[in-house]
Amino acid sequence: MKFFTALITLACLANTSIEASEWSGEVALESQLFNHAPLFPGQSTNNVSLSISPEYYTSWDNDKRSLTIRPFIRLDQQDNKRSHFDIREFLFYRNYGEWELKAGIGKVFWGVAESQHLVDIINQTDMVESLDLEEKLGQPMINFSLEKDWGNTDLFILPGFRKRTFPGPGGRLRTNPYIDGSLSQYASGRKNRHIDYAIRYSHTIDNWDFGISHFYGTSRIPDLIPAINGSGTPVLIPFYNLLHQTGLDVQLVSGDWLWKLEAIHSKTNNSNYSAYTTGFEYTWVGIRESSLDLGLISEYLYDTRGDKAPTPFQNDIMLGARLVFNDAQSTEILFGTILDTGSRERSFTLEASTRLTDNIKLNIEARVFSNLRKNSPFYSIRNDDYLQFELVYYI
Amino acid sequence: MRNILLGLVLLAPSYIWAQTPEERGLEIATEADRRDTGWGDQKSDTRMVLHNRHGQKSERKMHNRSLEVVNDGDKSLIVFDYPRDVKGTAFLTYTHSTKPDDQWLYLPALKRVKRISSNNKSGPFMGSEFAYEDLSSQEIDKYTYKFIKEDKVEGRDVLVIERFPQYEHSGYKRQMVYMDKQMYQPLKVVFYDRKNALYKTLFLKKYHQYLNQYWRAGVMQMVNHQTGKSTDLIWKKIKFRNGFTSKDFRKNSLKRAR
Repeated sequence: MKFFTALITLACLANTSIEASEWSGEVALESQLFNHAPLFPGQSTNNVSLSISPEYYTSWDNDKRSLTIRPFIRLDQQDNKRSHFDIREFLFYRNYGEWELKAGIGKVFWGVAESQHLVDIINQTDMVESLDLEEKLGQPMINFSLEKDWGNTDLFILPGFRKRTFPGPGGRLRTNPYIDGSLSQYASGRKNRHIDYAIRYSHTIDNWDFGISHFYGTSRIPDLIPAINGSGTPVLIPFYNLLHQTGLDVQLVSGDWLWKLEAIHSKTNNSNYSAYTTGFEYTWVGIRESSLDLGLISEYLYDTRGDKAPTPFQNDIMLGARLVFNDAQSTEILFGTILDTGSRERSFTLEASTRLTDNIKLNIEARVFSNLRKNSPFYSIRNDDYLQFELVYYI
Repeated sequence: MRNILLGLVLLAPSYIWAQTPEERGLEIATEADRRDTGWGDQKSDTRMVLHNRHGQKSERKMHNRSLEVVNDGDKSLIVFDYPRDVKGTAFLTYTHSTKPDDQWLYLPALKRVKRISSNNKSGPFMGSEFAYEDLSSQEIDKYTYKFIKEDKVEGRDVLVIERFPQYEHSGYKRQMVYMDKQMYQPLKVVFYDRKNALYKTLFLKKYHQYLNQYWRAGVMQMVNHQTGKSTDLIWKKIKFRNGFTSKDFRKNSLKRAR
């Protein structure tokens, strides 16, 4: 808490000649319709959910300093674990020329792939938000950034760990038994107060963009351990290991092709594993002289831990097609499927979006799971195919 | 005297024949480029109004920065302000005359900087009638030229040149440029698609001179003859010599652009 008091004080002290200061944000109403009857008591066949995320931004000293504040709140009709509050951003920024400092709560993205983001380890996933794992919780951080002609170097000190969010017993798309995050366990004696560190070097040379990173700290992905909670109910308990993780991400642009590789090597005190994602994205601009663009994506996902990996992607193929209409409404449709080459388990995703008015956007998402095996950890979501509509109002 | 006359008689045809329409075209393009060299850097706010054939309008707002790069294409950064759902989305482009541009896209919701394939020069810019290649810097090497004639556009004397894109992924077979004789800036450009059919016309209006040298249009109107749609691009707060350097056009600049 002292950390934030210091930050606010810093920000206030510096409020000389504020140049830009603005409010923005979004309010979203979401409706989910599930195709099949729920498997577990307390679950429902439909759900309505509201999220609000205002943002305040102010800058001064010729934009060399700024402060961004963005809280997030979701109210969910069915799942009290999905109803949650988070501070996505409370970030103070200072530019010293080639050096930059960011301090507070923020978000950082690393990587190049589309199907999963292996090297992206700074922020915890806000898993109740979306299955695409792209929604992240705000991470307390101090980040020094050096930008030189020979590349960018980033240093991170990450005080304080964020637990991954999981659906509660009444939420759909959950494990069986459900995951009880309140019983989380840690390899570190400091538990969720372990200070993590990370460093990343990235650069662009001609058609190549690449990054090399190293992280030491609490794993963002927990192992799940079967247990009985205080009231005698079977649950899964997240166990967060300490790990060293080295990451590499490379992308080559060659005409209409983007070639991608993300690889990690991780070491905990009782295991040692690697994983990679590799593939391409091909864009066909202006199909048959129209303004339509078609993007074809294919990626292969591999993890040396095989079935023991706490992620579903250990030997999978992802295929995707993105249709961009380039119209005034910015309409886009993305279709994707991930196939497990071993178990033949499969998931299909459809995402579409269009602008209805200048302030309102419609997002449609559908997911279908097929061929889920009885002994699979995903057997519990076999009835959870869904269609989701979201209306977002931009303030 | 006779020698001089003889000389003139001999020289005159060779003077006329010395310059082919191609050479004259290149000469005009080179002169336009020479007059527009040395501006250094520029920033501006722009508003884009998209009209469809039913008279419906939609609006885009953005702010831009660009940096002149001698002997190559310019560097530019475009940040969207409106509609709100794309606010903060930014494009960084290193333009090149004949090889593909280097282009990065910043997605603020994901905080992701994405290198994108830049063969989309012919693609529509934000759903408008402008293609990326219409908005990127005009380098001499991008085209071959041919002088056609002298003409008038809205009472002003113009030099009409035809130019042919050298970039293989261009959306155009050719363009007719109506270059103002005094400003050496285009008043009108007519675009023909890859099949050589009439495609679009760009009208450039409300020219204003900056730093006693550089002319910039205040309004650009692009009319698509094939779809009946049009886009107005309105430039505001154009300011030169902001002290930008290449450091303001790095990948990290995308994240802090607002």
